[in-house]
Amino acid sequence: MGAGAARRLDRRVSVPVDTGLRAAARIRAEADGRGISRLPVLEGEGPLAVRRIRGAAGQARVALVGAMSAPLGGDRLTVTAEAGPGARLDVTSTAATLALPGRPKGPAHYDVRLSVEEDAELNWAPEQLISAYGSELRVTTRAEVGAGARLLLREEQVLGRAGEQPGTLTSRLTVRCEGRLLLDQELACGPGAPGGWDGPAGLAGHRAIGQLVLVRPELGQHPVRARMLGELAAVTPLAGPGLLVTAVAPDALRLRRVLDEAVGVVGG
Amino acid sequence: MHLDHSHASDGPAALSADAVRPDGRRRALRIGLGGPVGSGKTATVAALCRALRDELSLAVVTNDIYTREDAAFLLREAVLPPERIMAVETGACPHTAIRDDISANLEAVEDLETVFAHEGVGPLDLVLVESGGDNLTATFSRGLVDAQLFVIDVAGGDDIPRKGGPGVTTADLLVVNKTDLAPYVGSDLQRMARDAKEQRAELPVVFQSLRSPAGVSEVAAWVRERHAAWTAA
Amino acid sequence: MSRATLLVLADGRFPAGGHAHSGGAEAAVAAGRVTGAADLAEFCRGRLHTSGLVAAALAAAAALGTDPLQLDEAADARTPSAALRTAARKLGRQMMRAARATWPSAELDALASARPRGAHQPVVLGLAARSAGLGPEDAAYVAAYESVSGPATAVVRLLSLDPFDATAVLARLAPDLDRVAADAAECARRVPEEGVDALPASSAPLLDIGAEAHAAWAVRLFAS
Repeated sequence: MGAGAARRLDRRVSVPVDTGLRAAARIRAEADGRGISRLPVLEGEGPLAVRRIRGAAGQARVALVGAMSAPLGGDRLTVTAEAGPGARLDVTSTAATLALPGRPKGPAHYDVRLSVEEDAELNWAPEQLISAYGSELRVTTRAEVGAGARLLLREEQVLGRAGEQPGTLTSRLTVRCEGRLLLDQELACGPGAPGGWDGPAGLAGHRAIGQLVLVRPELGQHPVRARMLGELAAVTPLAGPGLLVTAVAPDALRLRRVLDEAVGVVGG
Repeated sequence: MHLDHSHASDGPAALSADAVRPDGRRRALRIGLGGPVGSGKTATVAALCRALRDELSLAVVTNDIYTREDAAFLLREAVLPPERIMAVETGACPHTAIRDDISANLEAVEDLETVFAHEGVGPLDLVLVESGGDNLTATFSRGLVDAQLFVIDVAGGDDIPRKGGPGVTTADLLVVNKTDLAPYVGSDLQRMARDAKEQRAELPVVFQSLRSPAGVSEVAAWVRERHAAWTAA
Repeated sequence: MSRATLLVLADGRFPAGGHAHSGGAEAAVAAGRVTGAADLAEFCRGRLHTSGLVAAALAAAAALGTDPLQLDEAADARTPSAALRTAARKLGRQMMRAARATWPSAELDALASARPRGAHQPVVLGLAARSAGLGPEDAAYVAAYESVSGPATAVVRLLSLDPFDATAVLARLAPDLDRVAADAAECARRVPEEGVDALPASSAPLLDIGAEAHAAWAVRLFAS
């Protein structure tokens, strides 16, 4: 079934042909004071369906369910995930997100807003984002981390489906800790990206890129030691209470392997 | 080593080889050692450290071609504790780091001075800056060192003093090293002395063999004199 | 502005420590990613549009008078590699020494006192340009050009590359350099309205990964 057909099957969201679709998902976890995290807000629509799944003891766990292929050109999708004071929230997804070319010209936007309030913990580790040939997607991920809070954020980008040329993908990832900027990183790849993106300074032909950000209060006083994980991935302490793992790999499978290894090494 | 922002009260750092540190104290005497590859610079530095470490508070800055080789040698030989040895990276151009762009070396020297000024063991008296093995043209900037010695050896050819070059001609002290090898390599020490005199006029020359009983003593005496003059100034 | 002053600041022989850094080229050469002039050109192009653009924008913002400590924090966040932060501060300290000797100013002294271990090099460079009476475009040009001239000279030494080829690589990057400097200055002009988030944060994954690999080597020719 093509993306267009899938789109027509969804009745809950109107799809103006010219402007693309707008959809939002909101997740909020709150601690109930007895060690259990509840989900007072759990809303999704269209391509952004959300479902509660079984998590670790006391933890609230949510999966983003790939209800249809999205985003397409012109779409604007927003996911907001909040862990209230002391809450523990884990967000995953059931399938990779596929960026496809759409009928309305212009880029699709995918915005992720994460908020980890005081002493809360959020794990944000959805499946890969795949940038299909001809697509144009702008991803922005903003995380705000409060005092004593913990964040694990994993992002994986795959350029092109198997054997396919990549689409155009730009992403900006910012992490703030108690209002202070900890990480601000942009990446641009694919046709139309500034020159050299696939050269020896950029990706050198690798088609999967991953980042793992870990914010832990204790990392401020005791930063992680910078180290390599093989030839194509590095762990580095950030200038504040966090660390970053950056990895490139020939494909999604090998990227996941090295990021999983990284979690083992840095104690995700 | 404790080099954090806590020293900010000293005001902005020194710019060049000012004799007085930002904290108002007179800084350590800085002596550069240059000379071609294999002439025995590092061995001379090691011998000087052994000769002087009981009377002067000493530190060494090395300028290696490959990051830390000379520094590693000095550490292995245990001539000074590790906190007194610092390596400067030179990007394959050791002469640039001591002459054209001395900023990294100045920072290394100042960092050593600052650490010792703040850590209770007392300020440094002398910093030896060893150049990476280079060629006959490499000399130290006057913005980096107060005096420099140039080390050549008899095995490098007894015509080196005659050929001259900035190091041989202008160094405050010319050291002709490995004199014990002269008979084996057919070097004429008298000729070397004559040529050196011609090139250098009144500037001193020392012939030394680190294997002889006298070892580095003449060079050490020259350094002592320099230090006495520096502290008296 | 004085064009001659710009030449003094942009001169590769300006004594601010750049000669000991390869801008990631030593790691790329060792990994086999740069083997000749064509790879060098792509390496430089990639570096220019990522860390070169970020450096140029920081320098332009500093030249415009944005608080250098705020820019220093913005530079930290845009430099996730600890090895590259160390190199940037080391070079910033060296640039500060040269700048205070050549174009003394109270603003330079204040930053030197606030960051005795060195502020990020592009921030110091921008403030040096300001002290020298240069403008944001000038500062952006110097930072952008340094982001490619450093690797090019390093690769001449590392691969014994024909220096004419390396210089030709730089010459062919001129249109890209013009665009990056203009973009950088434009972003910097938005800072008073929008804050430092208006500055670009472009990154190149293999520069960050390669920097950490390089920092772990026991033996290397270049400091970064």
